[in-house]
Amino acid sequence: MPKSPENLLNNVLDRYERNGNRLMQILRETQEALGWLSPETITAIAKSIGWPRAKVEGTAGFYSFFHNQPMGRYRVLWSDNITDRMLGNINLMQAMCEKLWLEPGRVSEDGLVSVDTTSCTGMCDQGPAVLVNYRAVTRMTQERVTQMAELIQKQIPVAEWPTDWFRVDDNVRRGDILLNNAMRPGEALKAALARETEQESAANARSWREGVGAAAHGPSAVLEEIKKSNLRGRGGAGFTTGIKWEACRHAPGDERYVVCNADEGEPGTFKDRVLLTRQAHLVFEGMTVAAYSVGAKKGYVYLRGEYRYLLDPLKSVLTARHDAGLLGANILGRRGFDFDIEVHLGAGAYVCGEESALIESLEGKRGIPRNRPPYPVTAGFLGKPTVVNNVETFAAAALIAAKGGDWYRGIGTTKSAGTKLLSVSGDVERPGIYEYPFGVTVAEVLADARATETQAVQISGPSGICVADNEFGRRIAFEDIPTAGAFMVFDRSRDMFEVARNFAQFFAHESCGFCTPCRVGTTLLKNLMNKIGDGHGTQVDINEIYQVSRVMQTAAHCGLGHTAPHPLLDTLEKFRPAYERRLKNLTFQPAFDLDGALAQARQMTGRDDLAAHLENAE
Amino acid sequence: MSNVFTIDGQEIPFEPGQSVMQAALTAGVFVPHLCYHPEFRPHGSCKLCTMKVNGRPATSCTTPAAAGMEVENNTTEINDKRRMLIQMLLVEGNHFCPSCEKSGNCKLQALGYALGVMSPHFTEFFPDRPVDFSHPEMLLDFNRCILCELCIRASAEVDKKNVFALSGRGLKKHLIVNAESGRLADTDFAVTDKAAEVCPVGVILRKRHGFAVPIGQRTYDLKPINEQVERFKPVTPATKEKV
Repeated sequence: MPKSPENLLNNVLDRYERNGNRLMQILRETQEALGWLSPETITAIAKSIGWPRAKVEGTAGFYSFFHNQPMGRYRVLWSDNITDRMLGNINLMQAMCEKLWLEPGRVSEDGLVSVDTTSCTGMCDQGPAVLVNYRAVTRMTQERVTQMAELIQKQIPVAEWPTDWFRVDDNVRRGDILLNNAMRPGEALKAALARETEQESAANARSWREGVGAAAHGPSAVLEEIKKSNLRGRGGAGFTTGIKWEACRHAPGDERYVVCNADEGEPGTFKDRVLLTRQAHLVFEGMTVAAYSVGAKKGYVYLRGEYRYLLDPLKSVLTARHDAGLLGANILGRRGFDFDIEVHLGAGAYVCGEESALIESLEGKRGIPRNRPPYPVTAGFLGKPTVVNNVETFAAAALIAAKGGDWYRGIGTTKSAGTKLLSVSGDVERPGIYEYPFGVTVAEVLADARATETQAVQISGPSGICVADNEFGRRIAFEDIPTAGAFMVFDRSRDMFEVARNFAQFFAHESCGFCTPCRVGTTLLKNLMNKIGDGHGTQVDINEIYQVSRVMQTAAHCGLGHTAPHPLLDTLEKFRPAYERRLKNLTFQPAFDLDGALAQARQMTGRDDLAAHLENAE
Repeated sequence: MSNVFTIDGQEIPFEPGQSVMQAALTAGVFVPHLCYHPEFRPHGSCKLCTMKVNGRPATSCTTPAAAGMEVENNTTEINDKRRMLIQMLLVEGNHFCPSCEKSGNCKLQALGYALGVMSPHFTEFFPDRPVDFSHPEMLLDFNRCILCELCIRASAEVDKKNVFALSGRGLKKHLIVNAESGRLADTDFAVTDKAAEVCPVGVILRKRHGFAVPIGQRTYDLKPINEQVERFKPVTPATKEKV
């Protein structure tokens, strides 16, 4: 018997207990079942979770992967990071659109298919990449475009497409303590528990739940190791993990949460994807160690929507850990040590990588960064003390729990302990994941990845830093070049202006829109870059970039707005000729493009000859 | 007395729990703002109240006042940035003061004058924003929306109705109403709602009342906004305000 839309919706709602905090998962699964989120569907969901309808619509409208209009039975989204561009994604997308008789961003007349671009999908080492109905496809070629268009036209279900298309390689090129570890599931936890005596354990279980755990020995012994290790957050900000955990542990309140930030949205970063593929146990173990030391009973993994394909494998690992007594009640037989992990899937919003926006999203809301203070360690998920750490941080914490803080501190540099995973992509012979002890130079990474004729490297993504060849002796470390992991390489054939323009578009697309300077400023920067790129720019526009940037850096609400101007300012400083050769030799050029204004007329009349252009008529 | 900090060298007393902006307004120091309203919790989105606190930029409506702070407010450097923020808001929406019935009562316009905005400066975005004329007594002209969320907060916190919310992201962020049809007439919005009176610009307007007071005799026609600080003084006890 075919299921009615009402039935499908009710199944989803029941699965999430009609709980508004699970709205993201309700919306996603409803959309997977019904194709899109119609006004009637939104009303029904709002009624069942007891939220105002407009608030549900607001959440649905915030995320790129939710649609409030039909987007076709096949939705093809081309990853549009600069590395995809360098591999020719735009031409391939055009070719696909032509085969399907489509314009990018529009749904076909028969409602079958839509093709568009999306922010980096984290497949930079095996692009050009697309998402088809939110499933990752790698290594697109002209041939695959042709075949894919045919499959779509013949309406073959995505599940029946060649499985090789959906293959995602790990491409681990260099492993170290993290990627080469051979620990068995539970090993780190057992070591953590062994840091206390049996007599202490009962008292412990009581005291740290009551938030008076300062004197309790076991969990605080683990915390001591984390502090001793000098582990710092791997998501980019580099906050000392031990201090964060300790603040959460001592925060007043009886419920605590541990959240793993796997919303790996920074363009050019894909190391968390590989960690979650190869070392999921280690990551979950690190979360469990955190739960043990701060006294949390519940954990969430915030997995970016682009990694939807990892959801089922991760759930299997969680089940296996339950079966092995490594999750659930009385973990490893320790009374009162209860912890569970759930995977929350995002829906296409870069800003949710910011920890307080991530928490808002986890609560079913729009991903808007909160006003701080208070910080998540005292008022996080549902207003309770919450530890939010990056995937790699948790993996490292598990290693430290097993092998001790002194061991870990001995690796890397004095100020940056341990190793760092780099996601290397762009103009290199061997793109992929490289794990190095902190302190490695840019030049060493380039040599290992077999890069030649390198002009620049964008480290830590668009929000990071662009280094030119005279800086390749600099080191990857918190004291020199801190990074969340992206390492995009550009050789001398690349146009650094186009790199910056791509990043400006990215930020304009991903600004959450909360504050004025970022909401409007990112679009102003994008427009200025387009004006210069289209050959209408002058010195005035470059000055304008600086002015808008300063307002954003001064007044923006969160890191997105503060860092969005970085790629422009960096390239203006280091690759200024890339801008200047585009400028018209004028002091002023009107923003209004007379010839551009005729574009619509040309399209309507089907003319594109010389006389149909104003410039030629001059 | 220990509960004192300085703004541009002037000593400002404060009560514990007050924000920098509340203390400033209480002391009669003008602070440009759009999303702040004395009856609501601070929001921190328009960023017009940005100051420099101990040399670092800070949103003054969400920064708790602390003894000994050195705050810069009315300086050329800060006002230049505020002017640009106003210009950003002007080009983002469709603002035509001469034909707007809110002219003279509009805080965006008043702040534009106060900060010396002579032109929108940037290329206008000219967004397409349909007007909602469905309600018998009120109209919504989204062209002028600056996304301060005051109507959202008033409707949720005071009216307990949740008539308004936001949807979309980034530049596509926009105000929506709580109805499947998307029309104000299909909500339980009433002309007596708090949300009907808090809009600082000309989005939420009462029909047939637009020109009851002629242009030239309106609030900010009579005196510039920066000379009317008393209008924005905190009304609730500061200790109850959650910063």
